Amino acid sequence: MDAILLQVLNGLDKGGAYALIALGLTLIFGTLGIVNFAHGALFMIGAFCAVSFNKLLTFSIKVKDESITFFDAYKEVPYLEVWWGDTGKAIIDYSVPLSILIAIPVMLLVGIIMERGLIRHFYKRTHADQILVTFGLAIVLQEIIKHFFGANPIPQSAPEIVAGSAAIGTWLGLSDNLVYPWWRLIYLGFSLSVIAAVFAFLQLTTFGMVVRAGMHDRETVGLLGINIERRFTIVFGLAAVVSGLAGVMYTPILPPDYHIGMEFLVLSFVVVVVGGMGSLGGAVSAGFLLGILQSFASMNEIKSLIPGIDQIIIYLVAVVILLVRPRGLMGRKGVME
Amino acid sequence: MTDIIKKHVDRRGVIKGGMASILATGIMPSILTSPAYAADYLNAPTGKTVTLGFNVPQSGAYADEGADELRGYQLAVEHLNGGGDGGMLNTMTPKSLKGNGILGRKVEFVTGDTQTKSDAARASAKRMIEKDGAIMITGGSSSGVAIATQSLCQEAGVIFMAGLTHSNDTTGKDKRANGFRHFFNAYMSGAALAPVLEKAYGKERKAYHLTADYTWGWTQEASIAQATEAIGWKTVKKVRTPLGAGDFSQYITPVLNSGADVLVLNHYGKDMVNSLTQAVQFGLRDKQVNGKDFVIVVPLYSRLMAQGAGKNVEGIFGSTNWHWSLKDAGSQAFVKSFGQKYGFPPSQAAHTVYCQTLLYADACERAGTHNPCGVAEALEGFKFSGMGNGDTLYRAADHQCFKDVLVVEGNDKSTSKFDLLKVVQVVPAKQVTYAPDNPMFKGGELGKCNPGKA
Repeated sequence: MDAILLQVLNGLDKGGAYALIALGLTLIFGTLGIVNFAHGALFMIGAFCAVSFNKLLTFSIKVKDESITFFDAYKEVPYLEVWWGDTGKAIIDYSVPLSILIAIPVMLLVGIIMERGLIRHFYKRTHADQILVTFGLAIVLQEIIKHFFGANPIPQSAPEIVAGSAAIGTWLGLSDNLVYPWWRLIYLGFSLSVIAAVFAFLQLTTFGMVVRAGMHDRETVGLLGINIERRFTIVFGLAAVVSGLAGVMYTPILPPDYHIGMEFLVLSFVVVVVGGMGSLGGAVSAGFLLGILQSFASMNEIKSLIPGIDQIIIYLVAVVILLVRPRGLMGRKGVME
Repeated sequence: MTDIIKKHVDRRGVIKGGMASILATGIMPSILTSPAYAADYLNAPTGKTVTLGFNVPQSGAYADEGADELRGYQLAVEHLNGGGDGGMLNTMTPKSLKGNGILGRKVEFVTGDTQTKSDAARASAKRMIEKDGAIMITGGSSSGVAIATQSLCQEAGVIFMAGLTHSNDTTGKDKRANGFRHFFNAYMSGAALAPVLEKAYGKERKAYHLTADYTWGWTQEASIAQATEAIGWKTVKKVRTPLGAGDFSQYITPVLNSGADVLVLNHYGKDMVNSLTQAVQFGLRDKQVNGKDFVIVVPLYSRLMAQGAGKNVEGIFGSTNWHWSLKDAGSQAFVKSFGQKYGFPPSQAAHTVYCQTLLYADACERAGTHNPCGVAEALEGFKFSGMGNGDTLYRAADHQCFKDVLVVEGNDKSTSKFDLLKVVQVVPAKQVTYAPDNPMFKGGELGKCNPGKA
């Protein structure tokens, strides 16, 4: 029972990240018709917003390191700690959640520059061209990050207060073994709220209504005198923010390196296809579904029945779903057909 | 004009033809060789320089380790050519090196990028051998890569001095006559760690293994399981995880209910950073199982990786080939010249490749040739000291170095990112030595050395 519940939580957690990236991908595909292979790189840039913000906060003064006697070595003490003592320490402690404030404008800007600067030139080109150029862009972005931050993962810590795990088992009167890291619970809550916010934005605002109308029939909306292109640019920025935030909050779970985006990108595409191209609801539910399935497939009991299932389950499910429902779970007629 | 060109070509043709006939009649070897080894081997240096090929990951997951290896190599070249303060050239015994290059030839080098992929590593090694004329290839930052490059060097006919490779197979079933390893291996990690683990955690323990699913992971899992079972521990479960899994949560949660009270992480690099960080987040280290504190063991540590895992390494035991805080003269000389040049202490990766380069050069001096067969013979059974690991033997039977191994622990009082590990015990070479026919190293033959074709 505990084991199953734990794997459900693992799945929801991972699913949250998949869903956020897939949501952005679907938004971009639905509005601009672009297959954006640079979307994983946006997740990665988000994660490095957190890393850079932390670096900024821990900008340090060099102090002679007495522990090294072979040669002159220096260790670093952050200026914030020198100036403000414990307050400075506390600010550094909360660097990951605080970097959300930086990540939102940065990601919006990155998204808009990406769309205006490069991707809009490829609207009329084939999907193969779009994939090539966005994939190339992703590699360029990765190499830039690697140049400045190196290739090794850079650990980011969650605030001290949520560093441990929550004794869920004890609360529910189940076994003591049922514990789950606080930060992962926070991540789940966070991804659910971002998803809710995006849906509310699209459903409840006039801007959202126009965007939805544009996704449905771009030409007619244009004929009504609405500058749909500009709105779509903003949607691209929004999608960048969503996957950037997913990246920021994921850093305490997985120390980010320049390659972190690629690891999520492929899976997120499968999520989008399974959910149905162009369907926002489909992307979100497929994200959670595949996350949970992947976690269950990694259980020892299941792996001993079918060895290696943990590595192929997602693709297996994708094949089955596409055979049974060629448009994906919630795919609309006429999209990419 | 045409006449001049024609003449020129003719003259060249004559020289070429002459050279060919000299070679064909076999006059050349008898003029130029040392008595024991022929000079007609692949890439035999003819000018005033000799080229070494450094094949390290300059991109990909191990790029930072590769960068440190390259620093070690460059320092070694500098010292071989008589530059800097000489480093270990002042402490190595016995020593035939004179600080004037190798056999009087200035040492130059070319580099290749392995990308931590076997095919890329083979391609760059091949390029350095065929295009750049490298007489020796060294490097690797993954056992898969090292094994692949080693067999390529065997086929081509150059010496391979392995860098970071810890799999038993490198000098076990995949050993080659042209390949030599200074770095320690998984069996040695097990043999060094087990007594320390027994002392710290007792005989009644149940271990759960998470293992990277490739040659190194498998041999380390087998080595650690065997060594810990010998002190009475039980192995509850061995779970293989895909290389580069990223999120290990789905592999870690089953540990909570397994009844195990030790988690052995047979992971390296990014996998180690991630699995360890996540295991700590899941509260494993705060748990009590079977009335004992739950503990984690990371059998192969690297300082660069420890930096990635940060505070999470505190109090966790592991083993390492070498650490910069060692106080012996060789280590101190190396740390001093490395620190002065780069501003921070070297990693075990930089140390092992520095030693390998010096050992190769020294063997050339003793053999009086670069001929791989001569060098191999000079390295086989070579006993030396003053290079940071005490008295060391390059065993002839499998081309593995036998030397002291360090058991280290994550430092809970670290003051900088350089002292994240502290040395708990220097395990003497005798304790980690095994017979060449040990079942874990069985199969495969060294074969005969291959000097390549000139």
